[in-house]
Amino acid sequence: MTHRGSRVLHVGSLSRVEGEGALSLHVHDGTVTDARLEIYEPPRFFEAFLRGRSYTEPPDITARVCGICPVAYQMSACAAIEDACGVSVDPVIRDLRRLLYCGEWIESQALHIYLLHAPDFLGRPSAIDLARTHRAEVERGLRLKKAGNSLMELLGGRAVHPVNVRLGGFHRTPARTELRSLTEELKRALDDAWETVRWVAGFEFPDASIEADLLALTEPDTYAIEGGTPAVLRANGTTDSFPVRDFTAHVTERHVVHSTALHSWLDGRLHLTGSLARFAISGRLLSPVALEAAVAAGLGDPREGTPCLNPYRSILVRAVETVYAVSEALRIIDGYEPPAHPYTEVPPVAGVGHGATEAPRGLLYHRYEIDADGIVRSALLVPPTAQNQSAIEDDLRRLAQRAISEHDPDDDELTALCERAIRNHDPCISCSTHFLDLTVVRTSGESTGGRDV
Amino acid sequence: MPLPKLAVFKLASCDGCQLTLLDCEDELLALTGAVEIAHFPEASSTMAPGPYDLTLVEGSVTTPEDAERIHTIRADSRHLVTIGACATAGGIQALRNFADVDEYRRTVYAHPEYISTLATSTPVSAHVDVDFELRGCPVDRRQLIEVITAFLAGRKPDVPDHSVCFECKRRGTVCVTVAHGTPCLGPVTHAGCGALCPAYHRGCFGCFGPSGSVNLPALIPLLRRDGLDDDAVVRYLHTFNAPAFDKELSQ
Ligand code: SF4
Ligand code: SF4
Repeated sequence: MTHRGSRVLHVGSLSRVEGEGALSLHVHDGTVTDARLEIYEPPRFFEAFLRGRSYTEPPDITARVCGICPVAYQMSACAAIEDACGVSVDPVIRDLRRLLYCGEWIESQALHIYLLHAPDFLGRPSAIDLARTHRAEVERGLRLKKAGNSLMELLGGRAVHPVNVRLGGFHRTPARTELRSLTEELKRALDDAWETVRWVAGFEFPDASIEADLLALTEPDTYAIEGGTPAVLRANGTTDSFPVRDFTAHVTERHVVHSTALHSWLDGRLHLTGSLARFAISGRLLSPVALEAAVAAGLGDPREGTPCLNPYRSILVRAVETVYAVSEALRIIDGYEPPAHPYTEVPPVAGVGHGATEAPRGLLYHRYEIDADGIVRSALLVPPTAQNQSAIEDDLRRLAQRAISEHDPDDDELTALCERAIRNHDPCISCSTHFLDLTVVRTSGESTGGRDV
Repeated sequence: MPLPKLAVFKLASCDGCQLTLLDCEDELLALTGAVEIAHFPEASSTMAPGPYDLTLVEGSVTTPEDAERIHTIRADSRHLVTIGACATAGGIQALRNFADVDEYRRTVYAHPEYISTLATSTPVSAHVDVDFELRGCPVDRRQLIEVITAFLAGRKPDVPDHSVCFECKRRGTVCVTVAHGTPCLGPVTHAGCGALCPAYHRGCFGCFGPSGSVNLPALIPLLRRDGLDDDAVVRYLHTFNAPAFDKELSQ
């Protein structure tokens, strides 16, 4: 038995997140004094071994940072290196990149919604278990995910670490008929994505609200995916933006003792990037069908500009973004005419280049310095989860504090609450991490007990 | 009869190989009817203790903690199969094996003293006995299903160790080296991907690691002819399976 005011609680490994990490919560006399998302990913040193490689290699190499969002790494790397070399690609290539990225959005958002997040709302340990009672829904989720993977496989060669991306474009561009062969599967996926919106809209959502600035890329007339300008919606309602090349002047990284991922701050404040940020900043630019889906999801009309700040409801925004990605894929395939050449030549130029794109989990920034021979001199990768880490901790602290003040949950309930609070943000700990372990330390005048959950 | 217990563990990796299991959308629900998913944190919050009938390990050993953990995992597993280039060869993170890790630590982190890491990234087989090694960065979905099915049926997996060249021939892909002078590691790379890169008009970069018989002295002059200088040849071989190809390179 442990005393509620004074106890230690461990969860061996936080499940249903990408990668593994640890978490500790310190409670002193009923007040949460510290909440930490501890990232223990064994460091893999990408930024170190990219030095000395050819400037053509980062798209393939950095894909290996994360198996869940390899396209995001490939696209940010291409954008940054092409920027350094002063090359901009043909609009058809840009569309094909967006199409590949749509595949990743569909696959990754469906994975998060069905396999990682939905079981929380239905009180189940996994989608596999959920399939016992909700077989049709889980099958629908797998079918939707597969449609995203089919797109990645056709255009990229395979779903994890596609091989077809290169600087300036693709090694091989598909014929019209090849892309068209996906239309039927994608039409079915549009129905499935729409049904997903309806399904998740029926879940119960605890009240909550994040208190962080939001950061996402913006484009003048489309929902940003494969490029754009960083824009900020501050917690006080004001907005501003800055060029990608100034990214590190605004987003600064700090190394804290409990993490092998660097924490970052936006102009000294907490910020969150990802679905909630994109939807708040660019929601009005969604396609008609996705706008309709947003209304059906109970998110209001994005054209009226009400952001969704409840992290539990992020599953709704992901579902709407999935509808969007499928509709975009269908639009691009429909208008596709193969380009004259699969890629634009990118001859090396000594200099520094910056690139940012919207990974499913948020803005992913790359910077490379290359020399005149095309050898990488330095590399910097700022993944979304490192940016979100402080805001996630803040959210966790707030949700845990509220629960403790309102009804003082027991260890199991508090653990479940903390795990949910983290899953709400779909952290990609692989992009930065390893072992997620929950420790709740409650202190008061009494001794500290401990137990394993 | 209780179902055989399947476990999935992750060491230093990108999650891509275990994700490949979740990417078997058509087989996943059937698989969960044939095995008990006893430990698979990426997919389930239920984590049953060992022993496990079949354990899949993704990722390489890069920390003192993982060097210990892998012994516990082995002790808990009737069959242990490593999945992917990280687990079978050390993976991309093994590039540190050829460098000064302290310098790497200082390059990436403001406080290198917070970071605990080994100087090397090693495959699981350098630490414990392994029953089967499945290659690839990432592993191929069809091969993964074959390996799981074979272990459940108590037979040897049908995963040939010939080179990517054989798969190009079978697929009817025109040889990119012969036709276009594109540098390609296909002749020395383990089959399994179905000769993906040549089908997309690029040379193989060796993500499945060395094949059963590797003749680098015959290949290197071809790579040079096709425009790679000495540094580029080494870079080409030193990527996703660096230590495995390095063994070949030094022979
Ligand atoms: S082998 Fe490649 S795909 Fe598999 S875990 Fe390692 S880096 Fe990821
Ligand atoms: S052709 Fe070579 S590099 Fe390409 S996927 Fe196959 S093994 Fe990997």
